[in-house]
Amino acid sequence: MANLVSHPDEVKVVTKRFGQGAANIDRYLELDGYKAVQKALELGADGIINEMKASSLRGRGGAGFPTGMKWSFVPKESAKPKYVLCNGDESEPGTCKDRLIFEHDPHSVIEGAMIAAIAVGSHDVYIYIRGEYRYLLEIMQKAIADAYAKGFCGKNIFGSGYDLNVYWHGGAGAYEVGEESALMESLEGKRGVPRIRPPFPAVVGLWGGPTVINNAETLASVPHILLMGGKQYAEIGVDRNGGTRLFSLSGHVERPGVYELPLGYSLRKAIYEVGGGIANGRALKAVVPGGSSVPCLKPDEIDISLDFDSMMKAGTFLGSGGIVVLDDQTCIVKFALRTIQFYRHESCGWCIPCREGTDWLSKSLKRFHAGGGVAKDIDNIRYLAENMLGRTFCPLGDAAAMPIIGFVNKFRKEFEAHLDGKPCPYEKHPALSQLAVVR
Amino acid sequence: MADVTLTVNGRTITAPKGMLLIEACKLNGIEIPAFCYYPGLSLQGACRMCLVEIEKMPKMQTACTTPIAEGMVVQTESEKVVQARKSTLELLLANHPLDCPVCDAGGECELQDMTFKYGAGESKFIDIKSHRDEQQWSPVVFYDRPRCILCYRCVRVCGEGMDVWALGIQNRGQGSVIAPNKGDALDCEECGMCIDICPVGALTSGAYRYKTRPWEMTHVGTVCNHCGDGCVTTAGVRRSDTGSEIVRCDNRDRSGMNDDFLCIKGRYAFDFAANPERVTTPLIKRAGKFVAATWSEAVELVAAKFQETLLDGGPKAIGVIGSNHTTNEENYLLQKFARTVLGTNNIDHHRTADFASFARAVATSKAKTASMSEVATAEAILLIGSDPTEEHPLLAWQIRNAVRLRNARLYVVNSAGIKLGRQAAQFVKVAAGSEGWLAAYLAGKDAGATLGVAAEALTKLREALAAENNLVVAFGPEVRGEAIDALVAYGAAKGAKFICLADYANSRGAADMGLYPDLLPGYRAVDSAGLALPQMLDAAASGSVKALWVVGANPAARYANGAAFSKPFLVVQDLFLTETARQADVFLPAAFAYEKAGTMTNTCGDLQRLKKASDVHGVKADFEIIIRIAEKMGAEIEKLVPFRGYTFADAGQSRGAQSGEADRNAVFTEARGLASRTSPLDPTITLDEISQLVPGYAISRMELAGGVPQRTELVQIEAAGIASHPELIVPAGNSLFTSGTLGRYSATLNSVAENHSKAIEPIGAD
Amino acid sequence: MKFSEQLEARYSDMLTHYPVKRSLLVPFLLYTQDEFGYVTDDAIEELSRRLEITALEIRNVISYYSMLRTKPGGRYNVQVCTNICCLLRGGEEMLAHARKTLDVAVNKGVTADGVFSVEEVECIGACSWAPAMQVNYDFHENLTPEKIDRILDEYRLKAAQQ
Ligand SMILES: Cc1cc2nc3c(=O)[nH]c(=O)nc-3n(C[C@H](O)[C@H](O)[C@H](O)COP(=O)(O)O)c2cc1C
Ligand code: SF4
Ligand code: FES
Repeated sequence: MANLVSHPDEVKVVTKRFGQGAANIDRYLELDGYKAVQKALELGADGIINEMKASSLRGRGGAGFPTGMKWSFVPKESAKPKYVLCNGDESEPGTCKDRLIFEHDPHSVIEGAMIAAIAVGSHDVYIYIRGEYRYLLEIMQKAIADAYAKGFCGKNIFGSGYDLNVYWHGGAGAYEVGEESALMESLEGKRGVPRIRPPFPAVVGLWGGPTVINNAETLASVPHILLMGGKQYAEIGVDRNGGTRLFSLSGHVERPGVYELPLGYSLRKAIYEVGGGIANGRALKAVVPGGSSVPCLKPDEIDISLDFDSMMKAGTFLGSGGIVVLDDQTCIVKFALRTIQFYRHESCGWCIPCREGTDWLSKSLKRFHAGGGVAKDIDNIRYLAENMLGRTFCPLGDAAAMPIIGFVNKFRKEFEAHLDGKPCPYEKHPALSQLAVVR
Repeated sequence: MADVTLTVNGRTITAPKGMLLIEACKLNGIEIPAFCYYPGLSLQGACRMCLVEIEKMPKMQTACTTPIAEGMVVQTESEKVVQARKSTLELLLANHPLDCPVCDAGGECELQDMTFKYGAGESKFIDIKSHRDEQQWSPVVFYDRPRCILCYRCVRVCGEGMDVWALGIQNRGQGSVIAPNKGDALDCEECGMCIDICPVGALTSGAYRYKTRPWEMTHVGTVCNHCGDGCVTTAGVRRSDTGSEIVRCDNRDRSGMNDDFLCIKGRYAFDFAANPERVTTPLIKRAGKFVAATWSEAVELVAAKFQETLLDGGPKAIGVIGSNHTTNEENYLLQKFARTVLGTNNIDHHRTADFASFARAVATSKAKTASMSEVATAEAILLIGSDPTEEHPLLAWQIRNAVRLRNARLYVVNSAGIKLGRQAAQFVKVAAGSEGWLAAYLAGKDAGATLGVAAEALTKLREALAAENNLVVAFGPEVRGEAIDALVAYGAAKGAKFICLADYANSRGAADMGLYPDLLPGYRAVDSAGLALPQMLDAAASGSVKALWVVGANPAARYANGAAFSKPFLVVQDLFLTETARQADVFLPAAFAYEKAGTMTNTCGDLQRLKKASDVHGVKADFEIIIRIAEKMGAEIEKLVPFRGYTFADAGQSRGAQSGEADRNAVFTEARGLASRTSPLDPTITLDEISQLVPGYAISRMELAGGVPQRTELVQIEAAGIASHPELIVPAGNSLFTSGTLGRYSATLNSVAENHSKAIEPIGAD
Repeated sequence: MKFSEQLEARYSDMLTHYPVKRSLLVPFLLYTQDEFGYVTDDAIEELSRRLEITALEIRNVISYYSMLRTKPGGRYNVQVCTNICCLLRGGEEMLAHARKTLDVAVNKGVTADGVFSVEEVECIGACSWAPAMQVNYDFHENLTPEKIDRILDEYRLKAAQQ
């Protein structure tokens, strides 16, 4: 099981109960559990949504959409049942935070999802957890059963007359299923191919009913927001970026781990102070700041505030909060290759630009890294990636193309150093002769 | 629906509200390329070829999924759009084999066309292409993965269109493949829709592959000669040693009421024409053996024998059996010949539906009949008896479309589960043989016990039907005689339209043209009825009928008494030495429907033009054979075919594939009254006679020539005197893979039938 | 075709979760795989009957998800992550080590005794504790070649005891 770390700069909201046995429902109750949902019942739909808007909580799944606004899009009246769906598919490389929430504080996810349900008038909540997280699914199954046993879910919760069911659901290995419409397909027992939008899930979602989909961390933040008040939560962060978020620090840092930092925290400090700096006393070459799907930053770009808007201004994204640190001994071409191989493997194959683009990029980069590159490859790679942007069926194509464009633009010299059959400048990598065999 | 106004490329266009942008543009002559979009199938947004710029939208949008909106401003040819198309093509071509020169689709490939039109001819890709070996999934379906662009058209047409769901998508990403339902094989209806709908050469046809190139063929749209539905099938024709041969059939140009639909028979079962067993010279039996003869010898012998019989036994000693496969003109001529030259009413055909009762019922209650096209637009359909999936594939397709695309309600009454039960809003299973009672029940009689159905199910059905306004009622041979009168009377009261289902390509035409011993063309009663088919055969067996003329039929396959064929002088006109033909004294090799011109009437009463596609040396059209026999018998040909007194042009029908010039000439000369005299062998003259004399057949020749199916309505008919003989109806019992006697000579049907296990479970009420 | 009592119970329970039967398909296939080692043809036929969808449709779904397989793997499936965070911390070396130790060359290959299979996988959500692997559903993190040896030994022992 993943070990916990801590740093004095952390602001513990979502991680407050970590390491305290809160997976046990009684312990959770001692730690203010299931109070927020009762408060939610008192507040009613509009009251909850107002608090959420005040909190300026933005989705922790990657896109950073304001959660309160998302909930307000769900029509009040609906002929079909409405649903709340918790996205626990956590598959973005560099991201391992939802995992800790499910392990240490599963009830907070249940409670947050229940509050979302009350806010939109839904009576059925589904918590989707990726297939690889079997032990977490088991923890969640027990947590749900315990909540039913206490009468917190099911019929007439807390004597309010409101019926609210909570169900678990498991995946079976597919990154694309994390995309919200593909997630619904998967939950309906189908291939994880995204849906055509519009209609958006808030209007036509699971089994045709209006559906709210939120990341597990987003939902785990909700009970805290209701208990402390939206305004106060907002103040932890910066303007339009309320509260904290869990950053998964990984790669070449001295102290990798998941840290809860306020939004607006400095990326430099996150790497050098919270993460303890670059491992083995090396220098920084690049940071991938928001999970594998976002363009990297160079060392001179890391004096930046970790919030959705600042990151966007800097040409990258806060994404899923996975900060991957690359030291000066890392081969960018190799790193780019491994990145695109992931997207090639995970592309659902539905649309041409993504299916063919990821394949072509990965073939080119593989040859290129093995020493078979020719000069025009560099521009071709960028041309190709640029021609995927904004044209694919779902954002996976963008997610694949953006980092590659970033690497080529920011590390062109390193690509050029691979030309003319020269061995990779970073000795660890096999030379062409060896790779030809592997291929 | 109200129109919406939008601006496309600076031009203001209007289109009906709710229409997709791609369709609205097409309507206004602006083409947006697409691979995955296919009208009538679910939306995919997968190929991204149709991306366009829409003002106020940050990203380009797919025109195939975007409904138009008032004031929308769209760019379909901007630099950004053009570049997106080009790069998508580049991406596709990266892994696409460049084997166009040997690919079946070469020359009619949408990828080729688009590459030509939108660029991307120059490849940036230098890595090794992914390869997979080609697979054969069934006798008719081959799959070549590297050529596949994953547009999912095949998957959708098979699932949504055919309701077969035999194709799926497996793996993901670059590994995605189209997969058949039985591991490495297909278990399906073998309709071949997947092949025709494939925009590239990924799915190819076992019957056609590697035979020819599209541009080497002439394309002739004619009418399928198998079931009673009347699909237009476009034959690809190529010169051959024996004339010209058909290499494939499809309806990609959507030229008929069947749109692009064809079942296995319409698409592949043209092949019996080239079966090596086909007989192409007249045969005369001498000393128990067939000997090849010239046409003159054979025709003279037949004429002489007929005259001899007439002299010996009078007109009653001759019997004529007509066909369900020959044209209206041939059928009309045959009965005219029988009645005027031979002077006998001993004429009949294999009846697979009770059209006589139907005509009476429709004429009595002034009910309307429904065309095949009207089925797809009906609000509700009541289907009694029959299994259209097997027996009327096009009707089944129309019904599925009505339900799928227009939310029509289907009510099925059957004694067995049938596949269309899946589309049914209500399925009522009745005791076999009791279907006819249903009408009485619907009309208000209490027939529950007879039907063997729980009262609630029946009440529910009656109530639902009572609420339906735009109703089409189709019924199989299970409903006959007075039951038809009852059913039509019930429906006519509520304005329903009717379809009486018969089995063969021109069953309806045979009935309408008076191949009956007691009914003239248009169901007019004769004064003294001749012998019906079974009676005729009995009479032949007993010796009172001394000469029997069988035109395009195989009664020996159904009729047990062999003496009926061995005893009389037997003349058979057919393609093959069938059970009946083998016993003939004279065998006259006939042309097949695709080898001649004329018209046919489908089971709904839609009249369509048959065009000559191919040619086989040595054989003659039935029309010509009849005329020649008549001539040799000394008959006045002008009376049979009044060609002298009239001036009609050969509108090209009898000249076949190379008739383009003749057609234009004909139209010109006819319009100016300059048309030359025609030959007595031109069936067009007979068609004119039919349209003047047969009630309901007053059709527009001009429209017909333009490919518009003509409605023949039965209401103009005189109901009085139409006798019905329900006991004479013998359904053919054809399945999807059989087509009477002719079907047995189709290599494709045989190979497929062998392979087929009932893949599709019929779904019934229980 | 019979499911174990446990699996049957799972099936009945999951059926109550959804308004539409086939919704249980993805997680249930994984449970089925846990019982039989892979999703067998019989299981596909059985589910096709129960859920009233074609076997083809089930295969379409199975082949989409990378954890589902229709051929047996080793009793312990060693899944080594080589995705970016693990890559930076030696994921490829770990994979090579596991392959060499267990003597399986190809991806998803099974050892001669059927005890192990080795698979290169995408990110398993252990990025901050990289390099990482899963053996069946158990996570093993902060790997070194020595640690892998110890872990494999434990599983080998477990296999021998069963
Ligand atoms: C390819 C792709 C993968 C995604 N994977 C995840 C994921 O694993 N977990 C997640 O919460 N969101 C994921 N998302 C984002 C979701 O689509 C969706 O935006 C999110 O669940 C909404 O929740 P939030 O508003 O709380 O962030 C993914 C998006 C894409 C395009
Ligand atoms: S449905 Fe009937 S008419 Fe149409 S192709 Fe098939 S056999 Fe021919
Ligand atoms: S990169 Fe290996 S676990 Fe995330």
